[in-house]
Amino acid sequence: MHELGVTENIVNIAVAKAGEAQASKVIKINLVVGELSGFVPDCIQFYFDSLSKDTVAKGAVLHFESVPAEFRCRDCSAIFRPEDTLWACPKCQGRSVEVFKGRELYIESLEVE
Amino acid sequence: MKRIEVIQNVLEANDTIASRNRQLLDRHKVFVINIMSAPGAGKTSLILQTLTGLKGKLDIAVIEGDVASTVDAEKVQGKAKAVVQINTGNMPESCSLMAAMIESALKDMPLDDIDVVLIENVGNLICPAEFTLGEHKRVVISSLPEGDDKPIKYPLIFADADAVIINKMDLLPHVDFDIAAFRRSVTGLNPKVEVFQLSTKTGEGVERWCSWLLEQVKTNTLKR
Repeated sequence: MHELGVTENIVNIAVAKAGEAQASKVIKINLVVGELSGFVPDCIQFYFDSLSKDTVAKGAVLHFESVPAEFRCRDCSAIFRPEDTLWACPKCQGRSVEVFKGRELYIESLEVE
Repeated sequence: MKRIEVIQNVLEANDTIASRNRQLLDRHKVFVINIMSAPGAGKTSLILQTLTGLKGKLDIAVIEGDVASTVDAEKVQGKAKAVVQINTGNMPESCSLMAAMIESALKDMPLDDIDVVLIENVGNLICPAEFTLGEHKRVVISSLPEGDDKPIKYPLIFADADAVIINKMDLLPHVDFDIAAFRRSVTGLNPKVEVFQLSTKTGEGVERWCSWLLEQVKTNTLKR
């Protein structure tokens, strides 16, 4: 739903980093996307192909590493997947939990030539 | 082929503008609340009740975010110190307000004459969670007809909220909404959150919300 602005940022970052490295072409962009972030990889790729067409990132492959959601129990520090709708910690049954993983959205690396 | 390590948050561009907004607001001692909810939960009604409840105590301006129309801005016009309508339908993103939109809306506001800006975000529980605007407090409204499972379905927006409002309490006899279960999910995710139960229709509980808001402004940014 909000991938256009985000994809603009991806193109801008890739072009800037490629420029710093004096690269002539970006081959691949490795992105890390959390399950809870609400970003749809296919949608980012769609915008990317159009936004990057006059840049050194044209034709680059976007590789998405998806990070599953994980919660951490504030009582016993156990890390668990938020299965179904039950958020109780599987270890101590505690109900105070924090989002540990799953909200990421960052560029991990670029492959250039 | 060469590999370049980047590790750069893609939302950084928005965050940079948001912190610029925050600096501007702090310089002018203006306290900003970002109000988020699903469509129809009662954002505009809460704003109207707040304008009435704090009349004479605080000078409040409103920024209305909607995909289209000015109906919300018309409702608050005359009651707020200033109103700016943002229509996101004309912008690259329509599902949430973003820091750059707030930056330009603030240019149209007499900041030195304002104590508080209430921002009504676009009705949506997903996208607004991702975009900070430069606000001091984030408020999420859930209304009884939506059901008590919203924090479980949309954890991020509740995890980052400073206050959660349960609205339409007058409908409690007519809907299956387990208040205790809702509160347990919200405070489990977010132990420091302030939870309010109120009805913007009957006005029940609105006073406690207004007192909280007044207290926040007094301890943070009050001009006078």
